[in-house]
Amino acid sequence: MSEIEGGGGGGHKKGGKPKGKKMSTRVDFTPMVDLGFLLITFFMLTTSMNKPKTMEINMPVKDVNEIDKQKVKASQAITLLLAENDQIVYYYINETTGEPETPVITNFSKGGIRATLLRKNNELLNKANNNNYDSIPILKQMYKLNQIQEDEMKKRIAGIKANKDALIVVIKADDKAKYRNLVDILDEMLICNIGRYAIVDITPIEQELIKTAMTVKPN
Amino acid sequence: MPKVKVPRKSTSVDMTAMTDVAFLLLTFFMLATQFKPDEPVTVNAPSSVAEVPIPDVDIMTITISNDSRVFFSMEGQQYKQELIQKMSALKQIPFSAEEVKAFSLMSSFGVPFSQLKTLLAVKPEERAKFNQTGIPYDSLNNELGDWIWQARLANNKVRVAIKGDQDANFPVVKRVIATLQEKKVNRFNFITNMSTETVEKE
Repeated sequence: MSEIEGGGGGGHKKGGKPKGKKMSTRVDFTPMVDLGFLLITFFMLTTSMNKPKTMEINMPVKDVNEIDKQKVKASQAITLLLAENDQIVYYYINETTGEPETPVITNFSKGGIRATLLRKNNELLNKANNNNYDSIPILKQMYKLNQIQEDEMKKRIAGIKANKDALIVVIKADDKAKYRNLVDILDEMLICNIGRYAIVDITPIEQELIKTAMTVKPN
Repeated sequence: MPKVKVPRKSTSVDMTAMTDVAFLLLTFFMLATQFKPDEPVTVNAPSSVAEVPIPDVDIMTITISNDSRVFFSMEGQQYKQELIQKMSALKQIPFSAEEVKAFSLMSSFGVPFSQLKTLLAVKPEERAKFNQTGIPYDSLNNELGDWIWQARLANNKVRVAIKGDQDANFPVVKRVIATLQEKKVNRFNFITNMSTETVEKE
Protein backbone atom coordinates (compact mmCIF):
# COMPACT_ATOMS: atom_id res chain seq x y z
CA MET A 1 0.00 0.00 0.00
CA SER A 2 2.75 2.38 0.81
CA GLU A 3 3.51 4.62 -2.02
CA ILE A 4 6.31 6.99 -1.56
CA GLU A 5 6.97 7.99 -5.05
CA GLY A 6 10.42 9.30 -5.21
CA GLY A 7 11.55 9.32 -8.76
CA GLY A 8 8.98 11.42 -10.48
CA GLY A 9 9.88 14.14 -12.81
CA GLY A 10 12.84 16.29 -12.18
CA GLY A 11 16.43 15.70 -12.98
CA HIS A 12 18.77 18.21 -14.49
CA LYS A 13 18.21 19.66 -17.88
CA LYS A 14 21.11 20.70 -19.89
CA GLY A 15 21.93 24.32 -19.53
CA GLY A 16 18.94 25.01 -17.37
CA LYS A 17 18.95 25.86 -13.76
CA PRO A 18 19.26 22.89 -11.46
CA LYS A 19 15.68 22.28 -10.50
CA GLY A 20 14.80 20.74 -7.16
CA LYS A 21 13.59 17.21 -7.29
CA LYS A 22 9.85 17.21 -7.74
CA MET A 23 8.41 15.21 -4.90
CA SER A 24 4.96 13.81 -5.00
CA THR A 25 2.58 15.54 -2.60
CA ARG A 26 0.78 12.28 -1.93
CA VAL A 27 1.07 11.02 1.59
CA ASP A 28 0.26 7.56 2.70
CA PHE A 29 -2.82 7.79 4.88
CA THR A 30 -3.02 4.16 5.93
CA PRO A 31 -1.45 4.47 9.39
CA MET A 32 -3.55 7.52 10.09
CA VAL A 33 -6.75 5.67 9.22
CA ASP A 34 -5.61 2.77 11.35
CA LEU A 35 -5.12 5.06 14.28
CA GLY A 36 -8.46 6.77 13.61
CA PHE A 37 -10.38 3.53 13.65
CA LEU A 38 -8.53 2.30 16.70
CA LEU A 39 -9.61 5.40 18.59
CA ILE A 40 -13.17 5.12 17.27
CA THR A 41 -13.35 1.56 18.53
CA PHE A 42 -12.08 2.66 21.91
CA PHE A 43 -14.57 5.50 22.26
CA MET A 44 -17.43 3.42 20.95
CA LEU A 45 -16.81 0.82 23.60
CA THR A 46 -16.44 3.29 26.43
CA THR A 47 -19.46 5.40 25.52
CA SER A 48 -22.66 4.50 27.25
CA MET A 49 -25.44 6.02 25.26
CA ASN A 50 -28.39 5.51 27.52
CA LYS A 51 -28.17 7.63 30.59
CA PRO A 52 -29.68 6.28 33.76
CA LYS A 53 -33.26 7.33 34.24
CA THR A 54 -34.89 8.57 37.33
CA MET A 55 -38.19 8.15 39.06
CA GLU A 56 -39.38 11.00 41.21
CA ILE A 57 -40.95 10.33 44.57
CA ASN A 58 -42.79 12.73 46.80
CA MET A 59 -43.14 11.80 50.40
CA PRO A 60 -45.55 13.59 52.69
CA VAL A 61 -44.06 16.10 55.09
CA LYS A 62 -43.50 14.44 58.43
CA ASP A 63 -45.67 16.49 60.67
CA VAL A 64 -46.12 16.31 64.38
CA ASN A 65 -49.79 17.15 64.29
CA GLU A 66 -51.94 14.77 62.38
CA ILE A 67 -54.60 17.23 61.28
CA ASP A 68 -53.66 17.02 57.63
CA LYS A 69 -54.18 13.30 57.45
CA GLN A 70 -57.23 12.62 55.40
CA LYS A 71 -59.45 9.68 55.90
CA VAL A 72 -60.07 7.62 52.83
CA LYS A 73 -63.02 5.44 52.15
CA ALA A 74 -62.18 1.85 52.95
CA SER A 75 -63.76 0.63 49.75
CA GLN A 76 -61.40 2.79 47.74
CA ALA A 77 -58.17 1.61 49.24
CA ILE A 78 -56.03 -1.41 48.61
CA THR A 79 -53.07 -2.33 50.76
CA LEU A 80 -50.10 -4.01 49.14
CA LEU A 81 -47.64 -5.79 51.37
CA LEU A 82 -44.32 -6.48 49.70
CA ALA A 83 -43.05 -9.76 51.05
CA GLU A 84 -39.90 -11.76 50.48
CA ASN A 85 -39.11 -13.65 47.28
CA ASP A 86 -40.82 -11.02 45.09
CA GLN A 87 -44.26 -11.81 46.37
CA ILE A 88 -47.06 -9.39 47.10
CA VAL A 89 -49.84 -9.90 49.58
CA TYR A 90 -52.77 -7.58 49.10
CA TYR A 91 -55.97 -7.06 50.99
CA TYR A 92 -58.96 -4.74 51.13
CA ILE A 93 -60.62 -3.37 54.20
CA ASN A 94 -64.18 -4.45 54.66
CA GLU A 95 -66.31 -1.32 54.74
CA THR A 96 -68.88 -2.48 57.23
CA THR A 97 -66.69 -4.22 59.75
CA GLY A 98 -63.50 -2.24 59.25
CA GLU A 99 -61.54 -5.47 59.39
CA PRO A 100 -59.11 -6.60 56.72
CA GLU A 101 -60.52 -9.13 54.30
CA THR A 102 -58.74 -12.35 53.42
CA PRO A 103 -55.33 -11.49 51.98
CA VAL A 104 -54.39 -12.71 48.53
CA ILE A 105 -50.91 -13.64 47.37
CA THR A 106 -49.78 -12.44 43.98
CA ASN A 107 -46.57 -11.45 42.23
CA PHE A 108 -45.06 -8.88 39.88
CA SER A 109 -46.00 -10.64 36.66
CA LYS A 110 -48.28 -9.03 34.13
CA GLY A 111 -51.28 -11.05 35.15
CA GLY A 112 -50.49 -10.53 38.81
CA ILE A 113 -50.66 -7.23 40.57
CA ARG A 114 -51.06 -5.15 37.42
CA ALA A 115 -54.23 -6.93 36.40
CA THR A 116 -55.63 -6.56 39.90
CA LEU A 117 -54.91 -2.86 40.07
CA LEU A 118 -56.32 -2.12 36.63
CA ARG A 119 -59.46 -4.14 37.25
CA LYS A 120 -60.12 -2.62 40.65
CA ASN A 121 -59.49 0.92 39.41
CA ASN A 122 -61.86 0.40 36.50
CA GLU A 123 -64.50 -1.04 38.79
CA LEU A 124 -64.33 1.93 41.12
CA LEU A 125 -64.44 4.52 38.37
CA ASN A 126 -67.29 2.75 36.63
CA LYS A 127 -69.29 2.57 39.80
CA ALA A 128 -68.76 6.19 40.71
CA ASN A 129 -69.42 7.67 37.30
CA ASN A 130 -72.11 5.37 35.88
CA ASN A 131 -69.78 4.04 33.20
CA ASN A 132 -69.30 7.57 32.03
CA TYR A 133 -65.71 8.37 32.65
CA ASP A 134 -62.79 8.95 30.33
CA SER A 135 -60.77 5.85 29.79
CA ILE A 136 -57.14 6.21 28.85
CA PRO A 137 -57.17 3.75 25.93
CA ILE A 138 -60.16 5.56 24.44
CA LEU A 139 -58.49 8.94 24.87
CA LYS A 140 -55.36 7.63 23.15
CA GLN A 141 -57.47 6.28 20.32
CA MET A 142 -59.18 9.66 19.95
CA TYR A 143 -55.82 11.37 19.85
CA LYS A 144 -54.63 9.01 17.15
CA LEU A 145 -57.72 9.78 15.08
CA ASN A 146 -57.08 13.51 15.59
CA GLN A 147 -60.34 14.00 17.40
CA ILE A 148 -58.59 15.69 20.30
CA GLN A 149 -55.35 17.60 20.65
CA GLU A 150 -52.36 16.36 22.60
CA ASP A 151 -52.85 18.98 25.30
CA GLU A 152 -56.41 17.97 25.82
CA MET A 153 -55.48 14.30 26.01
CA LYS A 154 -52.85 15.00 28.63
CA LYS A 155 -55.25 17.15 30.58
CA ARG A 156 -57.92 14.50 30.60
CA ILE A 157 -55.49 11.74 31.52
CA ALA A 158 -54.33 13.89 34.41
CA GLY A 159 -57.99 14.29 35.31
CA ILE A 160 -58.40 10.54 35.54
CA LYS A 161 -55.35 10.26 37.75
CA ALA A 162 -56.65 12.95 40.08
CA ASN A 163 -60.18 11.56 40.08
CA LYS A 164 -61.35 11.44 43.66
CA ASP A 165 -63.06 8.12 43.12
CA ALA A 166 -59.99 6.37 41.80
CA LEU A 167 -58.12 3.66 43.60
CA ILE A 168 -55.81 4.60 46.45
CA VAL A 169 -52.87 2.32 47.00
CA VAL A 170 -51.08 1.90 50.29
CA ILE A 171 -47.67 0.33 49.86
CA LYS A 172 -46.06 -1.36 52.81
CA ALA A 173 -42.83 -3.24 52.44
CA ASP A 174 -41.77 -6.00 54.76
CA ASP A 175 -38.23 -6.00 56.12
CA LYS A 176 -37.40 -9.00 53.98
CA ALA A 177 -38.35 -7.20 50.79
CA LYS A 178 -35.70 -5.93 48.42
CA TYR A 179 -35.24 -2.46 47.01
CA ARG A 180 -36.13 -3.85 43.59
CA ASN A 181 -39.63 -4.68 44.84
CA LEU A 182 -40.22 -1.08 45.85
CA VAL A 183 -39.11 0.26 42.48
CA ASP A 184 -41.18 -2.37 40.70
CA ILE A 185 -44.33 -1.49 42.57
CA LEU A 186 -43.80 2.23 41.97
CA ASP A 187 -43.38 1.31 38.35
CA GLU A 188 -46.74 -0.42 38.41
CA MET A 189 -48.27 2.78 39.79
CA LEU A 190 -46.91 4.59 36.75
CA ILE A 191 -48.10 1.91 34.36
CA CYS A 192 -51.55 1.64 35.88
CA ASN A 193 -51.94 5.44 36.05
CA ILE A 194 -52.59 5.48 39.74
CA GLY A 195 -52.16 9.00 41.00
CA ARG A 196 -52.62 8.47 44.71
CA TYR A 197 -50.37 6.10 46.52
CA ALA A 198 -48.32 6.21 49.67
CA ILE A 199 -45.39 4.33 51.07
CA VAL A 200 -46.20 3.54 54.67
CA ASP A 201 -44.36 1.63 57.37
CA ILE A 202 -45.56 -1.90 57.93
CA THR A 203 -47.24 -2.78 61.21
CA PRO A 204 -46.62 -5.95 63.23
CA ILE A 205 -50.20 -7.04 62.54
CA GLU A 206 -49.53 -6.94 58.84
CA GLN A 207 -46.29 -8.86 59.22
CA GLU A 208 -48.36 -11.56 60.90
CA LEU A 209 -50.82 -11.31 58.05
CA ILE A 210 -48.08 -12.07 55.55
CA LYS A 211 -46.94 -15.04 57.59
CA THR A 212 -50.40 -16.55 57.83
CA ALA A 213 -51.08 -15.91 54.16
CA MET A 214 -47.87 -17.73 53.26
CA THR A 215 -48.65 -20.73 55.41
CA VAL A 216 -52.19 -21.03 54.11
CA LYS A 217 -51.02 -21.11 50.54
CA PRO A 218 -47.38 -22.03 50.34
CA ASN A 219 -45.73 -21.23 47.08
CA MET B 1 -1.15 -13.77 -32.19
CA PRO B 2 -0.87 -10.59 -30.29
CA LYS B 3 -1.06 -10.83 -26.58
CA VAL B 4 -3.95 -9.09 -24.94
CA LYS B 5 -2.40 -6.62 -22.68
CA VAL B 6 -4.18 -6.12 -19.45
CA PRO B 7 -3.59 -2.56 -18.39
CA ARG B 8 -1.85 -2.44 -15.09
CA LYS B 9 -3.81 -0.56 -12.53
CA SER B 10 -2.40 0.85 -9.37
CA THR B 11 -3.56 -0.96 -6.26
CA SER B 12 -3.39 2.14 -4.13
CA VAL B 13 -6.73 3.61 -3.18
CA ASP B 14 -7.40 7.17 -2.22
CA MET B 15 -7.65 7.13 1.53
CA THR B 16 -8.73 10.72 2.02
CA ALA B 17 -12.47 10.09 2.09
CA MET B 18 -12.09 7.20 4.49
CA THR B 19 -9.93 9.27 6.78
CA ASP B 20 -12.52 12.02 6.73
CA VAL B 21 -15.26 9.63 7.80
CA ALA B 22 -13.08 8.00 10.42
CA PHE B 23 -12.20 11.28 12.04
CA LEU B 24 -15.73 12.57 11.85
CA LEU B 25 -16.89 9.53 13.79
CA LEU B 26 -13.97 9.86 16.13
CA THR B 27 -14.90 13.46 16.91
CA PHE B 28 -18.50 12.46 17.52
CA PHE B 29 -17.64 9.68 19.92
CA MET B 30 -15.07 11.78 21.72
CA LEU B 31 -17.64 14.47 22.38
CA ALA B 32 -20.39 12.03 23.27
CA THR B 33 -18.29 10.09 25.74
CA GLN B 34 -18.71 10.73 29.39
CA PHE B 35 -16.24 8.89 31.47
CA LYS B 36 -17.77 7.14 34.37
CA PRO B 37 -16.23 8.16 37.66
CA ASP B 38 -14.80 5.11 39.33
CA GLU B 39 -17.20 4.05 41.99
CA PRO B 40 -16.07 2.24 45.12
CA VAL B 41 -18.86 -0.27 44.64
CA THR B 42 -20.70 -1.56 41.60
CA VAL B 43 -24.40 -1.09 41.84
CA ASN B 44 -26.88 -2.86 39.66
CA ALA B 45 -29.83 -0.49 39.55
CA PRO B 46 -33.30 -1.93 39.05
CA SER B 47 -35.07 -1.24 35.79
CA SER B 48 -38.22 0.77 35.37
CA VAL B 49 -40.34 2.40 32.72
CA ALA B 50 -39.43 5.88 33.98
CA GLU B 51 -38.18 8.05 31.16
CA VAL B 52 -36.89 11.17 32.89
CA PRO B 53 -33.13 11.47 32.42
CA ILE B 54 -31.08 12.26 35.47
CA PRO B 55 -29.73 15.83 35.59
CA ASP B 56 -25.96 16.37 35.46
CA VAL B 57 -25.71 19.29 37.82
CA ASP B 58 -27.00 20.12 41.29
CA ILE B 59 -27.42 16.57 42.39
CA MET B 60 -26.22 14.43 45.22
CA THR B 61 -26.34 10.69 44.99
CA ILE B 62 -26.79 8.28 47.85
CA THR B 63 -25.66 4.85 46.78
CA ILE B 64 -26.90 1.78 48.60
CA SER B 65 -24.99 -1.41 47.92
CA ASN B 66 -26.44 -4.87 48.23
CA ASP B 67 -24.41 -5.48 51.39
CA SER B 68 -26.12 -2.56 53.15
CA ARG B 69 -23.32 -0.02 52.85
CA VAL B 70 -24.19 3.58 52.06
CA PHE B 71 -22.07 5.89 49.90
CA PHE B 72 -22.39 9.56 49.24
CA SER B 73 -21.39 11.71 46.29
CA MET B 74 -22.15 15.18 45.07
CA GLU B 75 -21.69 16.99 41.78
CA GLY B 76 -19.65 20.15 41.42
CA GLN B 77 -16.13 20.70 42.74
CA GLN B 78 -16.80 24.09 44.28
CA TYR B 79 -19.80 22.71 46.18
CA LYS B 80 -17.76 19.79 47.42
CA GLN B 81 -15.11 22.14 48.77
CA GLU B 82 -17.77 24.07 50.58
CA LEU B 83 -19.30 20.86 51.84
CA ILE B 84 -16.07 19.53 53.36
CA GLN B 85 -15.35 22.86 55.00
CA LYS B 86 -18.82 22.92 56.53
CA MET B 87 -18.47 19.33 57.68
CA SER B 88 -15.06 19.95 59.23
CA ALA B 89 -16.48 22.95 61.09
CA LEU B 90 -19.39 20.84 62.31
CA LYS B 91 -17.27 17.91 63.44
CA GLN B 92 -14.43 20.16 64.56
CA ILE B 93 -11.83 18.24 62.64
CA PRO B 94 -9.64 20.60 60.60
CA PHE B 95 -8.79 19.69 57.02
CA SER B 96 -5.73 20.93 55.17
CA ALA B 97 -5.98 22.63 51.77
CA GLU B 98 -4.65 19.49 50.07
CA GLU B 99 -7.25 17.35 51.75
CA VAL B 100 -10.02 19.73 50.69
CA LYS B 101 -8.70 19.53 47.13
CA ALA B 102 -8.50 15.75 47.26
CA PHE B 103 -12.05 15.61 48.56
CA SER B 104 -13.35 17.85 45.80
CA LEU B 105 -11.84 15.50 43.21
CA MET B 106 -13.11 12.31 44.80
CA SER B 107 -16.31 10.90 43.35
CA SER B 108 -18.15 8.64 45.73
CA PHE B 109 -17.09 7.69 49.22
CA GLY B 110 -18.42 5.58 52.04
CA VAL B 111 -16.43 5.90 55.23
CA PRO B 112 -17.27 7.26 58.66
CA PHE B 113 -16.14 10.85 59.08
CA SER B 114 -13.33 9.82 61.42
CA GLN B 115 -11.78 7.74 58.63
CA LEU B 116 -12.16 10.33 55.91
CA LYS B 117 -8.65 11.72 56.39
CA THR B 118 -7.16 8.25 55.98
CA LEU B 119 -9.14 7.74 52.79
CA LEU B 120 -8.07 11.11 51.40
CA ALA B 121 -4.42 10.30 52.10
CA VAL B 122 -4.66 7.28 49.82
CA LYS B 123 -3.80 7.94 46.17
CA PRO B 124 -6.89 8.03 43.92
CA GLU B 125 -5.65 5.02 41.94
CA GLU B 126 -5.37 2.93 45.06
CA ARG B 127 -8.68 3.92 46.61
CA ALA B 128 -10.46 0.98 45.05
CA LYS B 129 -8.50 -1.29 47.39
CA PHE B 130 -9.45 0.75 50.44
CA ASN B 131 -12.03 -1.07 52.49
CA GLN B 132 -14.89 1.40 52.72
CA THR B 133 -17.30 0.43 55.45
CA GLY B 134 -20.10 2.77 54.47
CA ILE B 135 -21.39 5.97 56.03
CA PRO B 136 -23.11 5.40 59.39
CA TYR B 137 -26.83 6.00 59.06
CA ASP B 138 -28.37 4.60 62.23
CA SER B 139 -30.27 6.96 64.47
CA LEU B 140 -27.55 7.18 67.14
CA ASN B 141 -24.80 8.26 64.81
CA ASN B 142 -26.49 9.54 61.70
CA GLU B 143 -23.60 10.95 59.70
CA LEU B 144 -25.54 10.48 56.50
CA GLY B 145 -28.02 13.04 57.78
CA ASP B 146 -25.18 15.48 58.47
CA TRP B 147 -23.83 15.04 54.96
CA ILE B 148 -27.26 15.61 53.45
CA TRP B 149 -27.91 18.69 55.55
CA GLN B 150 -24.51 20.26 54.93
CA ALA B 151 -24.75 19.47 51.22
CA ARG B 152 -28.02 21.34 51.08
CA LEU B 153 -26.39 24.28 52.84
CA ALA B 154 -23.48 24.20 50.40
CA ASN B 155 -25.74 24.15 47.37
CA ASN B 156 -29.34 25.09 47.98
CA LYS B 157 -30.48 23.87 44.56
CA VAL B 158 -29.26 20.36 45.13
CA ARG B 159 -31.57 17.45 44.47
CA VAL B 160 -31.28 14.04 45.99
CA ALA B 161 -31.02 10.83 44.06
CA ILE B 162 -31.00 7.38 45.58
CA LYS B 163 -29.13 4.76 43.63
CA GLY B 164 -29.86 1.45 45.18
CA ASP B 165 -28.75 -1.97 44.15
CA GLN B 166 -31.73 -4.04 43.16
CA ASP B 167 -30.94 -6.55 45.86
CA ALA B 168 -30.43 -3.97 48.58
CA ASN B 169 -32.41 -4.80 51.67
CA PHE B 170 -35.50 -2.73 52.20
CA PRO B 171 -34.82 -1.76 55.85
CA VAL B 172 -31.69 0.09 54.70
CA VAL B 173 -33.66 1.93 52.04
CA LYS B 174 -36.32 2.72 54.61
CA ARG B 175 -33.72 4.11 56.98
CA VAL B 176 -32.20 6.28 54.24
CA ILE B 177 -35.63 7.61 53.28
CA ALA B 178 -36.40 8.31 56.94
CA THR B 179 -33.10 10.20 57.22
CA LEU B 180 -34.03 12.26 54.19
CA GLN B 181 -37.38 13.07 55.70
CA GLU B 182 -35.76 14.07 58.97
CA LYS B 183 -33.67 16.51 56.93
CA LYS B 184 -36.84 17.78 55.29
CA VAL B 185 -36.12 16.28 51.91
CA ASN B 186 -39.49 15.02 50.80
CA ARG B 187 -38.84 14.93 47.12
CA PHE B 188 -36.17 12.69 45.77
CA ASN B 189 -35.37 10.47 42.85
CA PHE B 190 -34.71 6.80 42.43
CA ILE B 191 -32.11 6.08 39.79
CA THR B 192 -33.17 3.26 37.54
CA ASN B 193 -32.12 1.70 34.28
CA MET B 194 -34.25 1.74 31.20
CA SER B 195 -36.58 -1.19 31.20
CA THR B 196 -36.18 -3.68 28.43
CA GLU B 197 -39.84 -4.45 28.75
CA THR B 198 -41.86 -2.13 26.58
CA VAL B 199 -45.13 -1.41 28.19
CA GLU B 200 -48.19 -0.01 26.55
CA LYS B 201 -49.43 2.32 29.23
CA GLU B 202 -53.08 1.87 29.77
